[in-house]
Amino acid sequence: MRLPNNILGIAFIALTLLLGAGGAYAAEGTNGIGPNPAKAEKGEQCVEPVDDMRRYHMNYLKHQRDETLREGIRGKKYSLNECIDCHAAKSPDVAGGNIRTIKPFCAECHQFAAVKIDCFECHTGIASPIKKGNKPPMPSKHGKTDQEKDALVFGMLENYLKSKSDVGGVAE
Amino acid sequence: MNSNNLPPITEEKIDIERRRLLASGGAIAIASGIMLYGGGAGAREKGQPATSAQRWGMLIDTTADKSIWDTVVTACKREQGWGGGNNPATDPQWVRKVSIKNKSTGAEATLPVMCQHCANPPCVDVCPTGASMQRADGIVLVDKHICIGCRYCMMACPYSARSFVHEPVHNQKPHMPRGMGTVESCTMCVHRVDNNQQPACVEALEAKGSKAIIFGDLNDPDSEISRAVSAHVTRRIREDLGVEPGVHYKGI
Amino acid sequence: MASIDKNTYKEVSGNGGDYLSLIAWLGVFAVAGIGSAFYMETQGHVVTGMTNQIVWGMPHVFAVFLIIAASGALNVASMSSVFGKKIYKPLGRLSAIMALSLLAGGLLVLVLDLGRPDRLDVAMLKQNFKSIFAWNIYLYSGFFGVVIVYLWMMMERRFNKYSKIAGTFAFVWRLALTTGTGSIFGFLMARPGYDAAIMAPMFIAMSFAFGLAIKIIFVTSAYRATARPLGDKLLFQMRNLLGIFIAAALYFNIAQHLTNLYAPEHMGVEMFILLDGGIYTILFWVGQILLGTIVPMTLLFHPAINRSCQSINAASMLVIIGGIIQVYIIIVGGQAYPMDMFPGFEVTSTFFDGSIHSYTPSLPEIVLGLGGVATALLIMMLAVKYLPILPASLSDAAIGPANITTDEDA
Ligand code: HEC
Ligand code: HEC
Ligand code: HEC
Repeated sequence: MRLPNNILGIAFIALTLLLGAGGAYAAEGTNGIGPNPAKAEKGEQCVEPVDDMRRYHMNYLKHQRDETLREGIRGKKYSLNECIDCHAAKSPDVAGGNIRTIKPFCAECHQFAAVKIDCFECHTGIASPIKKGNKPPMPSKHGKTDQEKDALVFGMLENYLKSKSDVGGVAE
Repeated sequence: MNSNNLPPITEEKIDIERRRLLASGGAIAIASGIMLYGGGAGAREKGQPATSAQRWGMLIDTTADKSIWDTVVTACKREQGWGGGNNPATDPQWVRKVSIKNKSTGAEATLPVMCQHCANPPCVDVCPTGASMQRADGIVLVDKHICIGCRYCMMACPYSARSFVHEPVHNQKPHMPRGMGTVESCTMCVHRVDNNQQPACVEALEAKGSKAIIFGDLNDPDSEISRAVSAHVTRRIREDLGVEPGVHYKGI
Repeated sequence: MASIDKNTYKEVSGNGGDYLSLIAWLGVFAVAGIGSAFYMETQGHVVTGMTNQIVWGMPHVFAVFLIIAASGALNVASMSSVFGKKIYKPLGRLSAIMALSLLAGGLLVLVLDLGRPDRLDVAMLKQNFKSIFAWNIYLYSGFFGVVIVYLWMMMERRFNKYSKIAGTFAFVWRLALTTGTGSIFGFLMARPGYDAAIMAPMFIAMSFAFGLAIKIIFVTSAYRATARPLGDKLLFQMRNLLGIFIAAALYFNIAQHLTNLYAPEHMGVEMFILLDGGIYTILFWVGQILLGTIVPMTLLFHPAINRSCQSINAASMLVIIGGIIQVYIIIVGGQAYPMDMFPGFEVTSTFFDGSIHSYTPSLPEIVLGLGGVATALLIMMLAVKYLPILPASLSDAAIGPANITTDEDA
């Protein structure tokens, strides 16, 4: 059975404090003993200083998820999909190393910290080959070049305008 | 995030004719993949919360040819990543084609039924954790991060619009996380609406030249949907319950 | 003014083979229940009989039964503390223990059936105060607190004088609790099988009967097993009371069905339960009415048989079985009948709109439900072993004159 994560979290904190390893690990991150998350695939720097990310990424994520889901605020920087976009890496364990997945990156420290996250039961941990956001799935206009698309779109616009002026009754 | 090649569309950049058009609520494609609808003023900047200035709704024309509703179901499946199971009683269905026949006259109709995005949603009232929720703009959602899977909302929903995820899910869409043990339903494609696009089903219909579903802002008197709703007699399912659905039906 | 409890209570020795093997069996069932929950959680609810149409099934039947029985079990204690029925005083402590353990068993089942039981902390931390469910979280946890205090007042001689006030508080709380449980169904406006205010008082009447039936069986078995004296006075008193409670539950049931028959929107579901609902109609007439009501009433009131311990026990057992069946009809039957989305229309769809929904309980969910029952009994069994709960004697002499209502406590 999955135990509530924060119980595990509390247990972990108690344990690290006990072993006196907490500080060293949080500050260094990669000191040979602790976890050693892979380098980001993309980007020069993280969305916050690395030190902050190590400590507070869960707060950023949870804050953003509430904002996005409950209030509809989008495009902020702590998007899980963005983390995936930069941090997902190919791993020989997953699909023969053909796809980039985030799970090993997040699992690296969490395993060490005995934290269990359920995020990827729902969120895909797989980075899409094309950066998402640019090309929302648009079945009707799929596979056209940008110029073709624009031509199509402006054609539609023209038709639309025409049909409106035919009817005549455009409300102001 | 959404680094489109075209400059951002702002009010000033839209010439007067197009603005007229926008105000009239026409759904038009401005640039690759970006659809504007229901009044330019309604378009929300990125990073802004949804507000009650809008009330998103749909008008479904049940007189349309009934085969068109398969397009709706397929588009929803493709967009949101549900479907494909083989346990009809437990597989989630976010939208379904319902056939009705008047018991006394024999008249028939076929219409899609999904979350009706009620103004007074019973699912939100009963949810113990607040996972079942209503956004300021009227879209009813499940916050799957705090859903405990009690299914009380499914008991309360007059439309059987919600499904419980009975089995592990794989290959979710990046924009639509789904997972076992939580409840889900039509989101009115909030991820698209927040990007000033129309819901996938509406778009798929439009691609087939059908206007069987009009999506838009019911609060904007000039939007296409508002004008249509005021021009025709429309009905909402189980209006007697007082839940004030945001989905209107024409022709039943 | 003070009413000191003069009964002697003694732990049961609990070293006999019978006791230990019963504990072992209950343990096996409890563990099996938890194992089932684990299985359901890893495989998904697809391994249960529950579907997107019958969203609440066997676990909820057991959970609701146990929860309403819990509040009913407390009733015997209230009879003495609150209403001055001194004859029930010796069973006060047991009543409180039974209430606590039945509630614990019921909640265990309810929680383990959740889609995400690992998020229980969320349910505790984030609450929507409009939700009856959220109120119930307070009603249930409050009930534990209130009953524990009450139990303490009863068990600690110095505090006996407060037991009346604690008992009154607990009594009011349990009424609220059962009302809350009944309201879970009463507020489902779209479901013709539920939408009725009478749900709440009916649940209270049912709780009286279920709780007392469980108590009678527990007391008679425990006193036989421990060879402690149990006099007829108390037994017959409980027998009469059980008869009255069954009648009260029947009354509300008849009232519910009759009022529904007058409301056009409830007509369909009424006909379904009473006439043409297949298994639900059989369960109603044979299970709930015949086995759960008529037979036990006969056993309890017919002068030729109502003086035997066996008939009283059999009646109690039937009340429990009939009760579970009644809850099944309410929960599952109420969902099996389709919602009327388009009144006046025949409705069909891929989502089974407009058709009677079928439900076949699966083994894991039944085992989970039984696991809750076993847990409740296990707690009771352990409590009577480690705490002075059961009076050393319930003989007629120890009880004192029957049928007297004293105001001594006041
Ligand atoms: C623009 C790309 C980019 C994005 C988006 C991004 N990161 Fe980073 N992240 C980096 C880089 C670069 C580093 C520096 C260390 C490295 O190269 O691995 C880093 C470091 C980290 C570290 C510290 C790793 C260590 O070595 O200890 C954590 C934790 C982290 N990121 C989490 C996140 C989370 C959570 C998100 C999503 C909210 C996120 N990152 C989004 C690029 C990114
Ligand atoms: C039960 C399924 C589920 C689980 C588990 C889950 N999420 Fe989500 N998450 C969702 C859904 C659904 C959305 C809404 C998607 C949308 O509307 O775009 C979402 C949205 C988000 C967003 C906002 C979208 C974005 O990428 O910016 C964040 C951030 C997020 N989740 C973080 C998390 C984190 C962190 C965890 C793990 C602690 C988690 N989620 C676990 C279902 C889930
Ligand atoms: C540098 C190591 C490190 C990396 C890399 C890392 N985490 Fe963490 N994460 C932690 C630690 C340590 C905790 C526990 C902190 C605590 O319990 O207070 C934690 C806790 C969390 C929590 C909160 C768990 C809970 O139940 O409260 C979430 C959510 C989370 N991480 C998400 C992620 C995601 C998503 C990624 C990958 C994008 C990631 N983390 C990568 C170290 C890391």
